[in-house]
Amino acid sequence: MTAPRTLYDKLWDAHVVHQEANGTALLYIDRHLVHEVTSPQAFEGLKLSGRKLWQAKTILATPDHNVPTTARAAGIVDPVSRTQVETLDANCAELGLNEFRMDDSRQGIVHVIGPEQGFTLPGTTLVCGDSHTSTHGAFGALAFGIGTSEVEHVLATQCLWQTKSKAMLVKVDGDLPAGVTAKDIALAIIGKIGTAGGTGYALEFGGEAIRALSMEGRMTLCNMAIEAGARAGMVAADEKTIAYVEGRPQAPKGADWEQAVAYWRTLHSDAGVVFDAIVELAAADIRPQVTWGTSPEMVLSVEDKVPNPADAPNAVKKADWERALAYMGLTAGTPINEITIDKAFIGSCTNSRIEDLREAAVVARWAVAQGRKVAGNVKLAMVVPGSGLVKAQAEAEGLDQDFVAAGFEWRDPGCSMCLAMNADRLEPGERCASTSNRNFEGRQGQGGRTHLVSPAMAAAAAVFGHFVDIREVLQ
Amino acid sequence: MNPFNTLHGLVAPLDRANVDTDAIIPKQFLKSIKRSGFGPNAFDEWRYLDRGEPGVDCANRPINPDFVLNQARYQGASVLLTRENFGCGSSREHAPWALEDYGFRAIIAPSYADIFFNNCFKNGVLPIVLNADIVDRLFRETEASEDYRLTIDLAAQTVTTPSGEAIPFEVDGERKHRLLNGLDDIALTLQYTDKIKEYESRRKAEAAWLFA
Repeated sequence: MTAPRTLYDKLWDAHVVHQEANGTALLYIDRHLVHEVTSPQAFEGLKLSGRKLWQAKTILATPDHNVPTTARAAGIVDPVSRTQVETLDANCAELGLNEFRMDDSRQGIVHVIGPEQGFTLPGTTLVCGDSHTSTHGAFGALAFGIGTSEVEHVLATQCLWQTKSKAMLVKVDGDLPAGVTAKDIALAIIGKIGTAGGTGYALEFGGEAIRALSMEGRMTLCNMAIEAGARAGMVAADEKTIAYVEGRPQAPKGADWEQAVAYWRTLHSDAGVVFDAIVELAAADIRPQVTWGTSPEMVLSVEDKVPNPADAPNAVKKADWERALAYMGLTAGTPINEITIDKAFIGSCTNSRIEDLREAAVVARWAVAQGRKVAGNVKLAMVVPGSGLVKAQAEAEGLDQDFVAAGFEWRDPGCSMCLAMNADRLEPGERCASTSNRNFEGRQGQGGRTHLVSPAMAAAAAVFGHFVDIREVLQ
Repeated sequence: MNPFNTLHGLVAPLDRANVDTDAIIPKQFLKSIKRSGFGPNAFDEWRYLDRGEPGVDCANRPINPDFVLNQARYQGASVLLTRENFGCGSSREHAPWALEDYGFRAIIAPSYADIFFNNCFKNGVLPIVLNADIVDRLFRETEASEDYRLTIDLAAQTVTTPSGEAIPFEVDGERKHRLLNGLDDIALTLQYTDKIKEYESRRKAEAAWLFA
């Protein structure tokens, strides 16, 4: 009998091409997502060295970071952004890669379209020159972000040199209260273990509350594993995973499907396996989360007050908190629900899928029924679907009308104001309720102030003009 | 990649924890399709008082006099001393490109984010991990004396202070070998071509759907 293994062990073992004595292994990479920002130097490197692409079929490419979310038919105005997208188009055409161009109805954020197309499959290794590649671990896959040198390495060899991480189980048991989402679980975990708490680990999320999450919720959770410092986050494959994948354009078909499903059902940690670390949270204790600072670990519940640096656990943290409060323009002791916002952003690879939009649309419909709209102090509340297909689905359900009636802007798909590489950005000093993943200084625009929240919390903040407890709105 | 052997360099102290890659090189500069030229925009939002845009000559921009790297005594620094979880956030390799182009060849911190740490080794930048107490002491020494220089010897795995104290550090043997020799990872991996093909045929037999 073989020793019990973690899900991570199983994924790792299945992909080792060559094992060095020092523990480094050459891992085979099944799937490679490519976008315009981290790939041009890799394609150039491949060309300059005269090397061949190993396997075109393992790649799916799309532009997402630079694309405009309005007036897309007019193309990209910024010449530097345009050049980058055109460079991706040219590289993909030259090498015969499958690319969803900016005008393709399937274009979207790489981490939304991979799962949507059935390109992301359980049991695979999947990489992308993007840290939020951890998203795909939701399928019981080993998925992680890489730098541009490694993008080139995968193009040329289909492999990567990796050292195995330690395995951490993050266990969330019990039932989530109404109004509390996968985003709140993710933020609560980061609040508990810190942004470096997962460094050196591959995280597996388990427990009743995780099993109860939809695939989209699991993607939101795994997406933010990197914000806890872990390159990879994962959830065991189960019947929900299989049902989600079935019938998607690139999912296995026929006999392949049967064989794949039989394998996917083995993709869980074995009973009795020992993890290197275990973190436990009770779902019932998690409340709607709002970040107050410039790191995702600077997070509290909507019921709390902005903390006082005098209460910081050590001198380094105290200096961090002071700097964060100064940057965020916040005073210690201010109740979170009294913080007013200037903009709201619903989108990003964390929270731009159909279920996210449905949750936000509930608030928009509630506002309209109450005779309310986006508050007067909110200059812009934008909804940016994660892909063209999510957009079409939302429109088929009438969600776009709900948003527009409540005063939200309905945009075209892309990364948008998560990182503001396109025209969507915060101006200095502007404060934003954002469903994205990073509240770093300048992330959404130089001098911009980001508060990370769930989609319904962002929509409610837009309607009230300040943060509110979504559980009270939903009652 | 430039090999890394020994470095005798001026130290610049960046006394912040969790410095993220958005801070190291802001997103607007990621629109470049080149690998070089990011140095003038390293730490752009902290370094300058205006908003940086690609293609603008930084020589004429207003400098933030309060930012540590702008102080006269740290000009020409090649060793960056900083705090825990350096390089967290995005996977952008533009971060080590920017640090290297600025002139940093080594970083000293108590810990790093994984992807950034890995990216450094691909670009001839050595990220050294020292424990937090030692880093604390190096901060005090750097700030106390002008022209504070450290000698870093990768082969010997030591950081030597001006007083002659040699502080040992750990580094993965394979990474050390590649950095010392400036080796190209891809060329090395292609020596395993037969093994990769062998793996593929085995995998095709057991998981055909992956190759459909």
